[in-house]
Parts: sequence; structure tokens; C-alpha cells
Amino acid sequence: MTLTDQQREEIRAAANTVRQDSVRMTNAATCGHPGGPMGMADFMSTLFLAHLNLDADNRHDPERDRFILGNGHTCAGLYSLLAQKGLFSRESLLEFRKFGSPLQGHPHRNLDLGIDMSTGSLGNGLSVGVGMALAAKQNGWGTRVYVASSDGESQEGQIWEAATAAAHYGLANLTVMVDFNNIQIDGVMREVMDVLDLREKYAAFGWHAVDVDGHDVDAIDAALCSAKEETTRPSAIICHTTIGKGVSFMEDKAAWHGVAPNDEQAREALAELGA
Amino acid sequence: MLQTMARELAPLHQGDPIKAATREAYGKALLELGEEMPDLCVLDADLSGSTKTKAFGQAYPERFFNCGVAEANMMGIAAGLASMGKTVFASSFAMFATGKAWEQVRQSIAVPEFNVKVAATHAGLTVGEDGKSHQMLEDITLMRVIPGMRVLVPADAVEARLAVRAAAEADGPFYVRLSRASTPVVFGEDYKFEIGKGAVVRDGHDIAIVACGIEVGMALAAAEELAQGGIEARVIAMASVKPIDADLITEAAQDCGCVMTAEEHQVMGGLGSAVAEVLATRAPVPMAFCGMNNEFGQSGDAWDLVSHYGLDGPGLAASARKLIESKKS
Ligand SMILES: Cc1ncc(C[n+]2csc(CCOP(=O)(O)OP(=O)(O)O)c2C)c(N)n1
Ligand SMILES: [Mg+2]
Repeated sequence: MTLTDQQREEIRAAANTVRQDSVRMTNAATCGHPGGPMGMADFMSTLFLAHLNLDADNRHDPERDRFILGNGHTCAGLYSLLAQKGLFSRESLLEFRKFGSPLQGHPHRNLDLGIDMSTGSLGNGLSVGVGMALAAKQNGWGTRVYVASSDGESQEGQIWEAATAAAHYGLANLTVMVDFNNIQIDGVMREVMDVLDLREKYAAFGWHAVDVDGHDVDAIDAALCSAKEETTRPSAIICHTTIGKGVSFMEDKAAWHGVAPNDEQAREALAELGA
Repeated sequence: MLQTMARELAPLHQGDPIKAATREAYGKALLELGEEMPDLCVLDADLSGSTKTKAFGQAYPERFFNCGVAEANMMGIAAGLASMGKTVFASSFAMFATGKAWEQVRQSIAVPEFNVKVAATHAGLTVGEDGKSHQMLEDITLMRVIPGMRVLVPADAVEARLAVRAAAEADGPFYVRLSRASTPVVFGEDYKFEIGKGAVVRDGHDIAIVACGIEVGMALAAAEELAQGGIEARVIAMASVKPIDADLITEAAQDCGCVMTAEEHQVMGGLGSAVAEVLATRAPVPMAFCGMNNEFGQSGDAWDLVSHYGLDGPGLAASARKLIESKKS
């Protein structure tokens, strides 16, 4: 199934809102991680709007889909999408990272808000996804489990333990979407610790693995559709993205991994994003 | 000279009191040690800007290894380097250095008694907004229980620099716990740090408060408040959580008749437990334990969190008054 024109427009609009929210939320918090969610906005919006079966009405349905943000530092984007899907109010986004807010600096499991898993320590998410997918399979549910991960997170050994297990158990209901922006905190992947070709790695681990342009919503949608066709293998979608996408002075800069824009930068960024 | 260094470290905190983060002192100490010790290697796991190992990496690129986001692997590499005669500092955030890689630290570093110093920053609540996934409140316990592992939790930038040096110069494994936040400088330039020794930073005879890390400054603030109500508290900075200064603690218990501990850490297994282990056999007195009580932290401003969990000056003073009351009854 391909995206209709209307779906495509809705996904692009949602992605733009994710980018604006990432700027607004980190600016209001005066800390946090804006760059990652801006780069992930297109594939996350495609997943949340066109594929992930999670909304305000089914949040407590045990058979609904699950989502784990393995690279938990990018949660501004997750919170934006959950708010856009009506799981909580958009006003609460500006309480991000503040004392007493359920929108913690890294996700904390809260099923009322649609947050399926606590994350923030890199490397842990995919294994939990394997467990969820195993249970869904055992129960005979149609539940699909989606895990977001990143190139930096792929340096953790546990990712590859999870990858081994997922293929071994034949978890066709499990899909990982990897944010490959070539950036980690200390700089460019190649210089810090090269992870090489992640599609080849996942394929060698027995996965159905594809590379996509992480800003091409049709290509992302097609990859998510192809994952659903798999019957015996888990799927890895390596999304090639640009950190800070959409704001000229933030794009492709490791510095925007974990620094909030100040008021002036936020104004400029929001202007570029058409806010 | 130490005060000068503290001042240098704190360009953003001019005025009184001088403030600096212990992680800044760590970065500076590594630079000094790098020059003196040609066999010193430093490892990091994609956090070199935050842990402050970056400056060492720039000064000595051939002796600096950024291992990427792979802490367990980093500890194994540290062990291998040490087995070949290197002195190794391995850094990350406290959560990941001691949590993610605990078993590698135990098996590959502590069991063979290798010369590896796990120096971790961003310990405790004062990580602030990052929340519970990053607020390491169990690391003192985790490291303290490993046989042969020594645990140092410096109170300020001056003590941190000396503690890092002491760890570098002593043979065998160490854990050095460092903070992200800037804190007041407690120690003067004549301070001499010694492994296994605590320091009385304020004298008193009504209650002894044994603290480590940022809680030393908080305990001093509490003592100030208590003094206004006529209570004289002895404040002991116990950076050397292991080996602990059993004599100093025993003497304090005998002089003051009650002992309170304060740490930015779970009560179970941390500094408080270490102090209680000493006093239970040598000088049992009423005790109170200030720290986290079987709960995780949460997102928020670092110092708001310290207050929320009763670990600021007023919070410690209130706990101290309660303990003194119970001593009377
Ligand atoms: C186990 C663990 N180690 C270290 C960190 C600190 N950390 C947070 S994000 C990050 C870089 C990860 O790279 P990536 O996810 O690719 O970052 P991005 O592209 O979003 O900048 C690191 C080292 C962590 N959260 N968890
Ligand atoms: Mg990245």
C-alpha cells in the first residue's frame, strides 16, 4: 500500500510539528536534546501516523502495537507525536524535564500517556522489544513491536545480543528503525567509533534489512510495509538522516545533540520551520 | 595554589563562595598526571566533553581511547591495557561506568587486581533534568561491595584533584565518584588528602555528621543553621568511603553520642551503611541516615531535587534535630 496524497501531507505536517516542538520544548526546559528528534521526525511521523496502532482509545488494549524509544534522549519527538495523537495535551509539552512533569528527561513508562518503556540508558531497548514480540507471538496476537535505535546506540554490545535472539526466535513482528545520522556526542561516528554498514550487519544477523532515505516518507512507508510482509524474520530499517534537519544552523552538527537553543536561536529556528 | 586552581576552575562562579565541579578538577588532574606518568592511559565512552577527559585526549592523543557507547567493552579494554603495565583511567557517567559495566569491573579489573581507576562523573541527583535513568544513586554500594575496590567520593574540586592523584599513585583498582554540578570549595590550600582518612571540617560535640561528595557542603550549611539553635555539630568529610576512617568515626561517636550520615545516594549500602558497619561493633550510638530511601530520582532542577529529598542544609538540619531529640528520650 502506498501513501495517499492526504496521508503524505499529514505526515509531513506532523514531522514539521515534531521539529518545532523539539525546539520549543528544549528551549523552555533550557536543556535537552533537540537535534536527534528533528532528524528522526520524518520516520517517526510515518510510523506513528501510518503504521503504529496506538491512539487515545486503545492505549490500554493489551493487543495494540508497542513502541520503545531505545535512544531515549530523543524523547521530545516521541512526546510531540503522542500529544499530536491525542494521548495528552499539547500544553503539557512545555513542562518537559521540569519537576513533577510525567514528561521526564528520558522516557518513563506510563501507559496512560502511551509510553511503553522506560529508556535512556543506551543499548537496552531492543532486548525489551524482543521480549514483547515473543510474548505477542506466544499469545497469538497481531501486535507489532517497533523499536527506535540509533547509530550511536549500535555501539552497545547488547544491541547485537538482541539482534541474535530476535532472528533466532523468528520474530517477524519486530521492527527496528535505526536513526543513522553519523553523529554521536563526541563527534562524527567515523572518528569516534565507526559502526560501518548497519544494513549489512543486521542482514548478517539474519534480519530483513533495508537502507532508506530517512527523510523520504514514501520510502519509509514502503519499508514499513515490507516489514509487515515478512513471515519469519525481524526487520531493520536503517534510516539515513541529518541531525537537526530543517534548521540550517543545526543541521549535521554534533553540537546540537544535547544543547537547547536559547531564545534567539529558538526564534530563528522556528522561523525557518515556518512557525 | 589549590585555591588558585579552584578559582581557575570556576570562571562562571566569581564571588563568594568559590564554586567548581569535581569533574573539572578531574580533567585538570589528568592533564598534570599525563605529564608525570608516561604510562597513563585514559579511556572514555563518548562522553569526553562531559567527563572532562577531552583535554587529556587533545594533549596526549596516542594515550587516549574513545571507546564509543560501549562501556562494558571499555572496562575490558582498560583491564587489558593495565595487564600490560599501563595505569588506566576509564570514564563515563556513574550510571553507565558502574551500572552497565559492573560485572566487567568485577571480573576483569577487580579479580585480577588491575591498576584501573574507574572515574565516573554525573553521579547522584544533581544530574537534574536528565531524570532517573541518569541519576546514579546506587554506585557507592555497587563499587564498595567489590573486594579490593577502593571508593573515593571527594567533596569539592580541591579534594577531587588530590583524590585523583592519590588513586593514580596507588596500585590497584579504584572508584572515584565525581559530580556534574558546581559546588562550594570546602578545603583550603593546606589540605592533605590521604586514602583511608576523613577530615573534620567543623568541630562540635552534640552530633557528628559524616558526609561525602556534595553533601559535605550541605552538612556545613546544616551545622551553621544548627549552631543558631545552640547545637554544635561536628562535620566529617569522608571522601575515603573505602577504606573508611574507622578511628575518626569511632571517636566522633564517643564524643558526640549520635551520628548522622549524608550522601547523594541510596541509604542502603552507601556511606551510611559503611559508617554503621564500623559503629555497630566499635561504638554503637543512635544514628540517622540521610540519602535516598528506596526510591529513584526524577527530572527537575538539580538543587530543587536535593531540597525535595531532604538533602539540603535545612533538610539535614531537621534530620539532625530529630536524631538529637531521640538521643534525649
Ligand atoms: C549506556 C549509555 N551510555 C552513554 C549514554 C550517554 N549518551 C546519550 S546519547 C549518546 C550518544 C548516542 O549516539 P546517538 O544516539 O547516535 O546520538 P544522536 O545521533 O542523537 O546525537 C550518549 C553517549 C547513555 N545515554 N547510555
Ligand atoms: Mg547518531
